[in-house]
Formats: sequence, structure tokens, C-alpha cells
Amino acid sequence: MKVGIPSEIFPSELRVAATPKTVKRLQKQGFEVYIQHNAGIKANFSDQEFEEAGAKIVSTATDIYAKSDIVLKVKEPTMEEIDMMKEGLVLLSYLWPAQNQSLLQKLADKKVNAVAMDAIPRISRAQKMDVLSSMANIAGYRAVIEGSYHFGRFLNGQITAAGKVEPAKVLVIGAGVAGLAAIGAANSLGAIVRAFDTRKEVAEQIESMGAQFLTVEINEDGATSSGYSKEMSKEFIEAEMKLFLEQAKEVDIVITTAQIPGKSAPKLWMDYHVAAMKPGSVIVDLAASTGGNCALTKNGEVYATDNGVTMVGKLSQLPSQASQLYGNNLCHLLDDMGKAEKWKIDMEDAVVSRAMVTYNGKINWPPAPLPVSPTAGGAKKVIAPTAEEVKASDAEKSKKAATSMLITLAVVGAMLLLVGKYAPKEFIQHFTVFVLAIFVGWQLITNVAHALHTPLMAVTNAISGIIVVGGLLQTTNNINDPVTIIAVIAILIASINIVGGFLVTHRMLKMFKK
Amino acid sequence: MIVIGQEIQTAAYLFASILFILSLGGLASQESAKRGVLFGIVGMIIAIIATVLGEGVEGQDYIIGAIAIASLIGIIVARKVEMTSMPQLVAILHSFVGMAAVMVGFGSYLDPETKKLIGAAHSIHLVEVFVGIFIGAITFTGSIVAWGKLDGKIPSKPWAFSGLQIMNITLLIACVVLGILFCKAPGTEGMLPLLIMTGIASFIGVVLVMAIGGGDMPVVVSMLNSYSGWAASAAGFMLGNDLLIVTGALVGSSGAILSMHMCHAMNRSFFAVIFANATASSSQGGEKKAIEGEVTALIHEEVATLLKEAKSVVIVPGYGMAVAKAQYPIYDMVQTLQKAGKKVRFAIHPVAGRLPGHMNVLLAEANVPYDIVLEMDEINEDMPSTDVVMVIGANDVVNPSAQDDPASSIYGMPVIEVWKAERVIIMKRSMSAGYSGEDNPLFYKPNSEMLYGDAKVSVEKLLGFLKG
Repeated sequence: MKVGIPSEIFPSELRVAATPKTVKRLQKQGFEVYIQHNAGIKANFSDQEFEEAGAKIVSTATDIYAKSDIVLKVKEPTMEEIDMMKEGLVLLSYLWPAQNQSLLQKLADKKVNAVAMDAIPRISRAQKMDVLSSMANIAGYRAVIEGSYHFGRFLNGQITAAGKVEPAKVLVIGAGVAGLAAIGAANSLGAIVRAFDTRKEVAEQIESMGAQFLTVEINEDGATSSGYSKEMSKEFIEAEMKLFLEQAKEVDIVITTAQIPGKSAPKLWMDYHVAAMKPGSVIVDLAASTGGNCALTKNGEVYATDNGVTMVGKLSQLPSQASQLYGNNLCHLLDDMGKAEKWKIDMEDAVVSRAMVTYNGKINWPPAPLPVSPTAGGAKKVIAPTAEEVKASDAEKSKKAATSMLITLAVVGAMLLLVGKYAPKEFIQHFTVFVLAIFVGWQLITNVAHALHTPLMAVTNAISGIIVVGGLLQTTNNINDPVTIIAVIAILIASINIVGGFLVTHRMLKMFKK
Repeated sequence: MIVIGQEIQTAAYLFASILFILSLGGLASQESAKRGVLFGIVGMIIAIIATVLGEGVEGQDYIIGAIAIASLIGIIVARKVEMTSMPQLVAILHSFVGMAAVMVGFGSYLDPETKKLIGAAHSIHLVEVFVGIFIGAITFTGSIVAWGKLDGKIPSKPWAFSGLQIMNITLLIACVVLGILFCKAPGTEGMLPLLIMTGIASFIGVVLVMAIGGGDMPVVVSMLNSYSGWAASAAGFMLGNDLLIVTGALVGSSGAILSMHMCHAMNRSFFAVIFANATASSSQGGEKKAIEGEVTALIHEEVATLLKEAKSVVIVPGYGMAVAKAQYPIYDMVQTLQKAGKKVRFAIHPVAGRLPGHMNVLLAEANVPYDIVLEMDEINEDMPSTDVVMVIGANDVVNPSAQDDPASSIYGMPVIEVWKAERVIIMKRSMSAGYSGEDNPLFYKPNSEMLYGDAKVSVEKLLGFLKG
């Protein structure tokens, strides 16, 4: 099997789909590696390094496409590049299938089996191949670095002989991978960081990275089973806009990271928000390429607005680092597809079947939905029930639970009635005590700490030695009486249990300390 | 001797009951646990004194003698037992309660006082005796088998055959028939059916526990605990003693709910465990997944280097740690790593070990502070940000098959997701399977490496490299 890596032809694409390190790894997987002349030059990898790692240098892209069984790319191919591809070629690249229907059609027509790296499902097993996460991590970090460069002041607060410096306030909107990375970077530079997200579940993650979680009063959760957030209601957005307006007056750097897959980025930071900001403030828009979260963002441009706010619509990609991570993601996917030896395009596989957007001349997009954290079935196809279905089944369940509860109660009531009719009064008294004690025991244990289960068991064991009372009541002065003999033995063993049980628990508990 | 009246005795019993309730409640947290034990002891002393001083109690000399001997034995046993053999001790103590319950039952049947009862009261008393002895006998033999299994005297593999359920049901029906014969027999002529039933119940106790695999032992121990409570409660009914009824019911219901909690943690049906239905509920059948990849092993020096480079380390202990008594050197190693500025924590699976909370007790014995000992749910989300996970003598609780292989018998059981960490070191004596008998694909993952050898020896070697 031959793997080829062409140069990226898009001028602002600095990354490359392999680095000397990943070339070595590809060879370990059993692939022969061909790389185009100067493919890595923009990411600071020379031909010489690639050669030393064992790759063969090929002078033109045409040669690469002719030689290879698998082609690794970063940016989606142009029509001209697709023309060079042969039938049956496996292409691993960014493709943005939702926006690039004509590209998919062309790939399908050429019978290229194309894997869209950006369409790898976000399930636990596929995390190691998730290029969106690995690239978002870089973008989040870089957003803080570039934001602070344009900001032109310290991020951390300092008290120096020359005077006091206030810490900068950074607002991060959208706490996905990029947002969390930005929070982490800004926090470690000493800024005061706040973050907003429509998904309530990320509050904890935000706080764990050292930022304050901002929220609106309206109770609506934006979380979906795909791991991305959904679009919110009108009331929610109004409240959100109001919150942002308050924040705009205070914060120095705004980093927006909100993206919705297959759609243009939501507009979250309006012109009036920008107008409310202090001169010298910075907005870094990570969603610039899909239209921008900020109304004034110009994709690929850095400029200052009339009131002196710097708008950053492009970021350096850290090409060397990004290539390394992207290359690793590709290697992991190739690992999963069986390496060179057991190479197989397995359309039953949950990851491959979703990311393989063209296969055998057919377009395979959009794929069946897959929840981020499948609870059962793992690799099997799971089709999430709709909200109505869930509601309906919940309602049915609670109805069933209510009926079965009623039946149980009725049966228990009838039985108690029977007992009450025939059993003597004394028995009923004991029985009452018995039933109530069961409920007390039940309630007591429900919230015992797991660590204490063993001591608890030892103590309950010791307490069950109360059976000794039975023996005590039966002993008489006549040691020859069989009842007394039995009773004394019972007392003996029950007492061993009591003393042993309590002592051992005491010993155990003595060891627990903070 | 002073003799106290019935009213005072009842009041004392009530007080003892309250103390027992407070005792169990106190065990809900570490801070109040010691107080809980104290309440239990005081309650027990009050209960015994109030009973002995009660009206009509004779034979005080024998009683004092028996208690004195028993206390001596109890003290010696409790002091001598090693923390690693705690499960065995608890199991054997349960058998004592079961045996005592059987004896109290026989005593009550033979007691001429009870012959004075007439009509419904008499029948109910006989039923109480019968049921009490039945539960007591099951507890007695079941606990002995559990003790044998935990102590390694009896193979821990489940011992079952296809007709097991039918046999148990037949035996149960036989007991009911014997019960009817027993109740109809005049005087003490019911002795024969009673003895036969005791034999059958003892046999059922053996079979029930024999059929349960070692992996489910924590549930069994706690279930036997519950049985011993019910036995005490039944004794209370036959003697008309409310204290016994209340205390027995407390222990019985708390043991039952504890077992249910554990079954829930293992994602197993409670009844499937108790009736030894190991695979029927959890396995959905189908082909087992073939395991891909290869097992790679490291030597101690390499592992020590990995630890030196790591920033955050999580240790997952299992029964192997208990067997090797490795908790002391492990804590030494933890302290060494902590001094080097690393974040070290323990991750405990709810059913690790052979007794609920077994690992916590062992770590506590080695003075590991409990705030670095976390539960599975607390630590799982931190796994992806962990550099090195050391799995020490654990197997099933870190088996990824539980999540992705529906054919596995442990499919659906929550596990510690160690494979999400950067590197996983598995310390193990050999490649053999865990208690469930399932092969573990974790060992074949690219980011996991084996370190063979006895856990204690291995940790001591690692410690040498870390310090040196």
C-alpha cells in the first residue's frame, strides 16, 4: 500500500498532512510513503527531514496521485486536483461535505472513496481522530495569544513601582474545545476570564479551567445528543444579547468560538456590542471562516473599527504544531482501518461509515445521526428517539409505575386486613414494630458512603448479635435442662459475634483519617 | 440481684433500639462513624443488662460465664485478624448469628412455657419457630461456604448445574410440607419434621452460595448479613421480644438495600445474583468480539521513568493488591511521587475486592488519606487528562468489553475507563482472566503495557528506582 502526500495548493494553507514523525509511524503501519517536493516547507519541514524519516520525494502532484492508493490532504481538493485522482483512490482530507455538494458529486463521479476528516463522529472511540478537536485546541490557544498581541497591554494584574496595572478581562463565548483552550490560555496569562455557553452542562468544565460561567436567567438548555449546541429560542437570545451588552462595557478581549455544523456561524456579537466596547479592546472571531460570530468580522482581515476596537478575522494556524496533530489524527484513522496489512473499508464501522462521504461512486451524506456518548450498543448504529417519543414513553412509564404501585398497595392492604382479622392482638403489635423498623433500616442505609460499606457491614453484623437476648431469656438455673444448654451455647456464639464485630469495626474506623 | 420491672425493661429496650438506629445512621460518614460504633456498643450493653435483670430470668451465673468466655474469644479474634482477611471474618461471624438463631428456635420450641399457648397464638408461634430456624440454618451454612470461598478453601468458581433451580424449588416445597406437619404435631412430636427441615435448609444454604461466583461475593456477604438480621427478627417474634424484632429488621433491611446498591453498581439484576443466574440477564448473546492488537510488557525501570515524567497519576487497585498486601509500599510510592510534585489519586470501583468498600479499608490501613481516594464516577471524567494509570491487581473493573462488547458477560457494568488515559500500566501476575473469567481487551490496547510480577515486589522495585 502506498500513501501519498501532495503539497497544499491553497496559498494561505500552511499545514501539511504529514510530518517526519508521522511518516515514520505510517511506515510502521506498513505503508510506503511518497511526499511531494516542498510539501512541508510552509510548516517548517524540509524535504531532507522527510527523506531521513524514510519518505520518497516526488516532484509533481500528478505523480503522487498516480502512484498512491491513499492520499492524505489538509484542505479540500480543488476540481483540478480531483481530475488527477484515479478510480478507487482513498482520500483523507477536510471536505466540509455539508457545504460542498458539487465537490462530493465530482468525487463520487471519479469513484474516489473520500473520507471527510471533519465528519468523524464525535464519539469517545473516535476522539483520537477528531481533527476538529485537535485543530480547535490550537485555535483557542492562538486566539488568546493574538488577542493579547493586538490588545497591547498586560493580561495579568501587577503592582509595580511604576504603578498598578489592572488585569485584563477576557470573555470567551462558546465553551467547546476551542473555547476551553482559550479559557485555559487566558487564565494562565493572568487575565480575569468569563465564559458563556448555552449548554448548562459545560458550566463545570468552564469553572475547572479557571473561568467564571456567565448565564442568563432563562432556563433553557442548548445541549444536544450530537455534542454541539442547538439554536435557542427568541427569549433566550434576547436575554443573551442583554447580557453581552453589559459585558461589552467591561471586557477587554472577546473571543467567539460558536459554530453550528453545516450552517453559517450564529451572529452573537452585534454592531451595538462593538460600539459599546472601550477603545483598544479586541475581538477575536474564530468562526470568521463560516461567516463570523461578530456582525463586523471580515474573514481573513485584521482591522480597527471607528471606535478603536480591533477586529481579528484571521489567525495563524501554528502550521508545524497543527500538522503534527493533524498527521497523528490521520495515523489513528489508518490504524482503525486496519493499517496496510489488514486494510479494509468497513462500512459497518460507526466511524468509517459516517466519515466516508463518497464510496463506490455514491454520495454517502448526510449520515445517520449518532449520539456523542452512546449508552449501549457501542459501535452499533443508534438512532436517537425524538423528543416526542421520549416524552411519550416517559409518560407511559410513569403511568405503568403508578398502576403497579396501586396494585401492590391494594394487595398489601388486603393481606394486612387478613392478618388483622385472624392473628392475635399481640402479634399485630409486633408486626407493626417489625414493618416500621424495616422502613427505618431502608432509609438509614440509602446514603451511606461507599468507603464505609465494610465497617457498616461489620457493625450490622455485631448488632445482629442481639439474638443473644433470645438465649438470655431461655436460660434457667438448671444446667441439665436441654433448653438451658442450647441457650448457653447460643449466648456464647452470639457474644463472640458482638464483641468481635464491634472491636473489628473500631479497628477499621481508627484507620480512616483525612 | 436487682430485678427491674417490665416497664423499665421496655423503656431500656426502646432506648437500645434508638441507639442502634443512631449507630447505623452514624456510619453514613467518616466523621460520625466512630460515634456510631460507640452508640452500637452502648445500645448492646443496655439491651443485655436490661434483659438479664428482667423478671423471670434465671441462670445468671451461666450467662456471665458464657459472655466472659465469648468476649475473650471475640477480643482475640478481632485483634489478630489481618485487614486483608476481613471479608472472611465478617462471613464467619454471620454464621454464628445464624447458628444462634437456630438454637434459640429449638430452645423456644422445647420451652415448656410456650406449650401453654392456645389457638391462633400457638399456631403463629410454631410458624415463627419454623421460619426462624429455616432462615437461621440457611444463614449458618451459607456463611460457612462464603467464608470458605473467601479464604480460598473452596474454589471460588460458581458451582451450578442445570437442574439447580428446580431442585431448590422442590426442596422449598418439601420444607413447606414439613412445616404443615410440624404445626399439626402435638407436644414436642414435631421435632422430627423440624430436624429434617433444618437439614434441608442447611443444604439450601450451601447450594445457594456455592452457585455464586467469586466476583459476586460482596453481594453475597451483604445478603447473608441481611439474612442474619431476618433470623434475629424471627427469633423476636417467637419470643415476643420487640427489641429483637426491631434490631433484626434494621439489620435485615439495611443488608438487603446494601446488596441492591451493589448489584446496581454492577448493572446486574439483584435476583440474578442471589439465585446464581450469572449470565442470563446481562449477556445479550452473539459473537464475542475478537481482540486485536498485541500485549506489550515493560520492565520496572521503564515504568519508573514513565512515572517520573508523568504529571498526574491514578492508581486503580483491585483484589490483587489485597492478596499481595501491597497497600503499604503503594502508599510509600504515592508519597514519593507527591513529593516530586505529582498529582496522585486512587480510583476505586464499587465492587473492587471481595467485600463492599474492601479497597477503602485496605488503603485506610496504610494511612492513605481518604480525600485522594475517589470513586469511579468521580474519576472517570478525569481519565483523558491523566498521564499514567497504574492498574494494580484489578481486572474486570477496568475491562472495556463492559462498554463495547454486547457478547461479554460483564457487558453493561460500569467500569473505570483507564484506557482513556495517556498510558496504562497493568501490574499483574500473569495473563489470566479476572473473576468473571472474561478476557480483557485492555491489555491489547496500544497505550497499555503490562508489568508482570507480584504487586508488592513490583511496587517495592519501582520505589527503589523512583528514590534512586
